Amino acid sequence: MFKAGNKAQTTSDLPQYGLEYPHRLNFYDRPPLFDVTLEEFEVAALDRLRILAEIESSGARNRSWDETKDVTNKQCDKFMPLHSNTAIHVDRDSERKRDVLGHFVLRLAFCRSDELRRRFVKAESTLFRIRYDGQSQVEREAFLQSRDFDWIAVSDAEKEQHSKELYDAYLVSGSYQVNKADREFNFKSEKFYKVRWTRVPDLIERRKVFLKAGWAYVPSREHSSIVFQEFEVCLQKALELTAKALPRLDEDTRLVPILSNLSQGFLAGMSSEWTSGTENGEDIRAEMVDELARKHYPMCMRYMHDNLRRDKHLKHFGRLQYGLFLKVLGLSIEEAIIFWRKSFSGKTDDEFNKQYKYNIRHSYGLEGKGVSYPARSCTQILMPTDKAEYVCPYKLFTPENLQTALLKSYSSQGLTSNDLPEVLNIVKAGHPHVACTRVFEITHASCGVKKGEGVGDGESVTHPNQYAALSIELEKTHREEDFDAMAIG
Amino acid sequence: MSTDEIDVSTPAMLSFYRRLYPYKSIFNWLNHEHTPTRRFTHREFAFTLQGDVYLRYNSFATAEEMKKQVCMLNPTRFEIGPVYSARPRDKKTARPGAFVPVQRELVFDIDMTDYDPVRTCCSGADICRRCWSFISAAVRVLDNAIRDQYGYRHLLWVYSGRRGIHLWISDKEATDLTDEQRKAIVGWLSVIAPGIKEASKKLNFRGGHFTLPPSLRATLTHLSPIFVKLILEDQDCFGSTEGWETLLEYIHHAPLQATLRKLWSDDPTRSSVDKWGDIKSERRKKQGEKEFAIINAIMEDIIIQYTYPRLDAEVSKHRNHLLKAPFCIHPKTGRVCVPVDPSSIEEFDPSTVPTITQLLKELDALPVDTEESSAVHHADWEKTSLKPYVEMLDRHCMGLMEETRKVKRGAPGEKSLHRECRPQLMAPLNKI
Repeated sequence: MFKAGNKAQTTSDLPQYGLEYPHRLNFYDRPPLFDVTLEEFEVAALDRLRILAEIESSGARNRSWDETKDVTNKQCDKFMPLHSNTAIHVDRDSERKRDVLGHFVLRLAFCRSDELRRRFVKAESTLFRIRYDGQSQVEREAFLQSRDFDWIAVSDAEKEQHSKELYDAYLVSGSYQVNKADREFNFKSEKFYKVRWTRVPDLIERRKVFLKAGWAYVPSREHSSIVFQEFEVCLQKALELTAKALPRLDEDTRLVPILSNLSQGFLAGMSSEWTSGTENGEDIRAEMVDELARKHYPMCMRYMHDNLRRDKHLKHFGRLQYGLFLKVLGLSIEEAIIFWRKSFSGKTDDEFNKQYKYNIRHSYGLEGKGVSYPARSCTQILMPTDKAEYVCPYKLFTPENLQTALLKSYSSQGLTSNDLPEVLNIVKAGHPHVACTRVFEITHASCGVKKGEGVGDGESVTHPNQYAALSIELEKTHREEDFDAMAIG
Repeated sequence: MSTDEIDVSTPAMLSFYRRLYPYKSIFNWLNHEHTPTRRFTHREFAFTLQGDVYLRYNSFATAEEMKKQVCMLNPTRFEIGPVYSARPRDKKTARPGAFVPVQRELVFDIDMTDYDPVRTCCSGADICRRCWSFISAAVRVLDNAIRDQYGYRHLLWVYSGRRGIHLWISDKEATDLTDEQRKAIVGWLSVIAPGIKEASKKLNFRGGHFTLPPSLRATLTHLSPIFVKLILEDQDCFGSTEGWETLLEYIHHAPLQATLRKLWSDDPTRSSVDKWGDIKSERRKKQGEKEFAIINAIMEDIIIQYTYPRLDAEVSKHRNHLLKAPFCIHPKTGRVCVPVDPSSIEEFDPSTVPTITQLLKELDALPVDTEESSAVHHADWEKTSLKPYVEMLDRHCMGLMEETRKVKRGAPGEKSLHRECRPQLMAPLNKI
């Protein structure tokens, strides 16, 4: 499905470690030409998507560069480890293969519109930057050597000719060294490269280089600027080409659904399903639900629960969504029937058994097709449907309503009106799941959750059950700690 | 400046468009060659009609078609926009993604109003010979900087008709710049954000050890003599109490500030030159000390603050910004927006620029020669004082066309130096 790249890799850099992919960093000029199973295809893409989505929400959450790097590195280790050449006990080639595969699958998914391309390029180049930053000097050099960046080395004579200007520019952009002799020594050993200024607009804008006749004289420590710019430009171009070629792919009915699914998830602002431990929780009984709702529910389920209590009824899709959530939370089928029976107190036993019981059993996989359906994720809840009342409240509500609802639901857990502007701003910026994550952080501050931590390692909420499960767990560990403290004291 | 008897009425404008406007030169300037290319046919023209009706997305196949349309609409002025990926007049039928700006001269706009905080002779829309010096200083500095640092050669400076000046750069690389690159060049060139009453806002362009970026260092050598002549001697910017109080705000050095304040409030008669001398002698006292460098940097900052070109950044940042076409008539002054030669910018006097009234009078005074007049109307500008200005534009166009010919002949020179990393959107440009 991929056309063979015509950019031949120079063979000279291959042997070092005998790797097919000699560098951890990659400009992705060579598409993967090996066979993959459909599952590998999807999983590699999903894992990469998680990382990219986290990078995106880092931007939305105003994380500093170091925090973003931290969070992303953790995510990478978890989902898509990529070791450097020195890790000789790891199968680096297969890691790198996966890296390349994931990247190219996502290219297919994200080349379709300007908006998607822009976001993809941004997230991918941030990922590249993070890897570049974390790379050892030696390997970085080797990588830079392997590609022609089309920069012209400035000869000593030329450096001498402009030495005053180059030195001044070097000081303006440079790190602050107090000792004059050091500065001059460093300058002497500095290697400069010339590129057209249009390739380093960021350096130009901040007057960080010496510029003569349109050529920017870039010191080696600013090389990264050229590299990043090159990465972005090449990727942008490649995506546009892919977009043109994509219609021919439409015949492959196996891939198209996977691809649209991927780009949809990204559009909703998140990576993928929260999958860990479905139906894991401890036994929850019907009478515990009210308390759980008060303490551990995300806004969407809280809203649903409050509606159910107020109206003593919930419409079909509401029941389905909330019912599946409860199932994953740990409500057994027996308890679920008790719960719903009690909740629909306006109905007679006969009505309940006839109209509702079947659907409840169905969602547990006990009727009909016999499929135990998974609970709906944030991606699904965020998707606009005609059943507007079941869309994520952070997305659906007007700012005024959202404020009232937030205070009503969470003020008992430490949310104050002082927190509202921040949450509302995130919503306004179009990141409902980030707003939800922030509310989680605020309401769990007493359990030691700090701003920016999210639901562990800085991840954002991607599933209402993830929110609730973690909340329950936090409460438990917190209680145990208290208990320990008391026992010791 | 006398603006009496300026007639910008509809009939006068129409005669101007019919008989004087140099369509052919404008076409050559935009098109870079004789046969129409996308550079012209896909170019947006926006008309401002009588009664402030604004008509965007006009485009023309030829200079003749443009003339016909201009004479029919008889606009009070018109503006030039970018080259789009489709004909602007077909905008409504083009696919949404298929109508995007792709090329555009790099433009700069300097306006006298941005100098209000530092000029003492006039304010607002007024302009006199004296404050034109601010503009000529800016032209000098920018013209030098762009030629030397960016290496561009096809710069056209155009007087805006009243109190400002425009710069159009038509080099291939410059017209191809993306918005991001335009933003970068604006960042590089602008030091003072115009519009803000900027006192006490510290300029921030130095690196460690008070180093000036080399580009500003070079500029400073141009600015120093201008500062003495214009700010100190002519405008006497620090003569009034308000003037020197502002100056003191720029002196971010408490002891020096106090010394000077005392000195100047004791003797209010000291001229700007004297006051600048006071700062200099304070600096001399610190010779050999660390503070010498600090005071020196403060003085350099002040020179830059008062004389550095003040750019209207928004005009330059986006490809799809519209800018008034050369040779339009300024609706208030009646003056023609004529090209200006940067090498003699100091001698340029805005009040000598021909007005529409004057030009039409010159036409009326022409002897009526019956055989020719009806046939070759379009060359009428040759018989008026507009001639030297049109010829200036024509010379500029010659340079551009020479370049195009070279590229077409496949001469290696310029082009191969530039690496094309962007998508080849512009490739079919030359075959229309």
